[in-house]
Amino acid sequence: MSTIFGIPPQALFGQLLLGLINGSFYAMLSLGLAVIFGLLNIINFAHGALYMMGAFVAWFLLQHLGLGYWWALLLAPIAVGLVGMVFERAMLRHLYKLDHLYGLLLTFGLALIIEGLFRNGFGSSGQPYRIPAELQGGTNLGFMFLPNYRAWVVVASLVVCLATWFMIERTRLGAYLRAATENPALVQAFGINVPRMITLTYGFGVALAAFAGVLAAPIYQVNPLMGSNLIIVVFAVVVIGGMGSIMGSIVTGFALGIVEGLTKVFYPEASNTVIFVIMATVLLIKPAGLFGRSN
Amino acid sequence: MTIKRMLGTAAAVLMAAGTAQAQMSDGGIKIGVLSDMSSLYTDLSGAGSVLAARMAVEDSGIAGRSIKVEIVSADHQNKADVGSNTARQWYDVDKVDVIVDTPNSGVALAVNEISREKNKVFLVSGAASSDLTGSKCSPNTIHWTYDTWALANGTGNAIVKTGGDSWYFLTADYAFGHALERDTEAVVLKNGGKVNGKVRHPLNNADFSSFLLQAQASKAKIIGLANAGGDTTNAIKQAAEFGIVKGGQNLAGLLVFLTDVHGLGLPTAQGLIFTEAWYWDMNDANRAFAKKFSAANRGIHPTMIHAGVYSAVTHYLKSVEALKSDADGKAVVARMKATPTEDTLFGKGTIRADGRKIHDMYLFEVKAPAESKAPWDYYKLRATIPAADAFRPVADGNCPLTKS
Repeated sequence: MSTIFGIPPQALFGQLLLGLINGSFYAMLSLGLAVIFGLLNIINFAHGALYMMGAFVAWFLLQHLGLGYWWALLLAPIAVGLVGMVFERAMLRHLYKLDHLYGLLLTFGLALIIEGLFRNGFGSSGQPYRIPAELQGGTNLGFMFLPNYRAWVVVASLVVCLATWFMIERTRLGAYLRAATENPALVQAFGINVPRMITLTYGFGVALAAFAGVLAAPIYQVNPLMGSNLIIVVFAVVVIGGMGSIMGSIVTGFALGIVEGLTKVFYPEASNTVIFVIMATVLLIKPAGLFGRSN
Repeated sequence: MTIKRMLGTAAAVLMAAGTAQAQMSDGGIKIGVLSDMSSLYTDLSGAGSVLAARMAVEDSGIAGRSIKVEIVSADHQNKADVGSNTARQWYDVDKVDVIVDTPNSGVALAVNEISREKNKVFLVSGAASSDLTGSKCSPNTIHWTYDTWALANGTGNAIVKTGGDSWYFLTADYAFGHALERDTEAVVLKNGGKVNGKVRHPLNNADFSSFLLQAQASKAKIIGLANAGGDTTNAIKQAAEFGIVKGGQNLAGLLVFLTDVHGLGLPTAQGLIFTEAWYWDMNDANRAFAKKFSAANRGIHPTMIHAGVYSAVTHYLKSVEALKSDADGKAVVARMKATPTEDTLFGKGTIRADGRKIHDMYLFEVKAPAESKAPWDYYKLRATIPAADAFRPVADGNCPLTKS
């Protein structure tokens, strides 16, 4: 049988596809971070905790209200988005004039508090969440067995990512948003309520995290620590893509998922470090990130 | 002259007042529960282990005999350096006499050395590596509940004998995973099976799909999960998703805890076979313990690690009381080894010269959802592995203590 670098080609294709699936989580989360950083100048370290909250809301809806997966996909982002907006109004708002570091520290503290509360309430071994009946089973692609649910994750995440990119880069609302970050006073002079727009943007970024959380619930354990395991990688993705670059974060998210998948074939022990090696390299060669504009 | 006499009298009075406690170093016994309080092993050990230790102290009635027992606890964060620092501080500054529990073999092996160096006592319930009573055995350590050899022997034997003769390992990449993989591989090969391959994954890994795909491609009949806690549950859950079992391969969870089964839910976990030392629903004494324990632990029922902490602390207190001193760690452990063990949860047992506590082990199967009558009613007993066969023979362990 022919091989590529000693790996049978079907195994390689399988890993590429899996990388793409993991990449869709990275892309969705780093997109939310990029939106928040680009428009609010806040490095939102609470993102992982909010992603975890999304998964927990899905679990709670099913367990206590009998509302299934599809309802969760709609309601969890709204619920967590509202929580995010309360954070923004009550706390983050006061830090916009200060250095990035303050926002980072506040959101990092928030993340620890949220995770601590959930761990105290729900323990660490996680809650079960089943794959919805419509998406159970899978397809045999010849080189691998693709679970229907994973295929759905890739599609859903691509749609959400591209829609977000389109809204921010190609619509009038997006233009207002971008203008408001460049010069809030001027935009406000045109009669646009900039503070409210910023609150809604933060809520939207947070809702993206919650949406990813609901998508993740049937795959991973719904676990208070699920966010903290992921958030560091996602930050590396944002740094590699370029802070605040929307398209950059989407492309890098998917690309790094694939790189990680390949590492799992060739040298599995390094699979959780490879992204940081790339991050360090990119920072040395192109500090603004692959898609970032240095200014 | 008068001052000297006064001092003498004062000393005599103090000594008389202190007779009950004077034997214990620093006025009492201090137990340190060193565990994972914040990460993937929290529910199966963690705060529950502290509770189990406290219940053991209460049930021993030692306070009624005016011996003061204090329990402290700390989070080792699954980091050997954090665990070592805590152990050193406990022994040197806080006057802790005995450290118990300590899941995570990496941390346990470090604390094992420190306890030997400081001549204290280390009672391992949480960690699994059979090296603790093998090449790294210590006159200050007793390995209580289970170990990688016992798990491999129980589960590996049962599976190979029912036709699962080709294996692929998914192994957590640290001391525990390596030991579990090594011990299981030995059992598989001994029974005429073969190992098609293995892959090492980082501790606390979320996505197992890549590894499962490699396992699938290996065509091995059995995928052995040489990992624990959240790693095991994620692997099992994702194996179901990728149709591993439907495709004709079977999973062997080499270390599965009650809390893992609870987290997976019976629809996903049903049919899993694994080895454990203790289950709450086996007899009235266990059920009574579980009832009291879960009421104080957010409903979470005790795992074998919790039961092991209870049993170990019970035996420790008995031995220290009989010895009338807790100062010399080696002497306490020697006394514990010389006395047969007996407590409500593990019944009668013994401790071998290499520090291995000996009792029956059990092969369990997870019930189907229809078979489960009540919350936490998860296991049915497949076989009892008698104490004499459950653990590695002393001669095979290479423990320096047993060579004379």
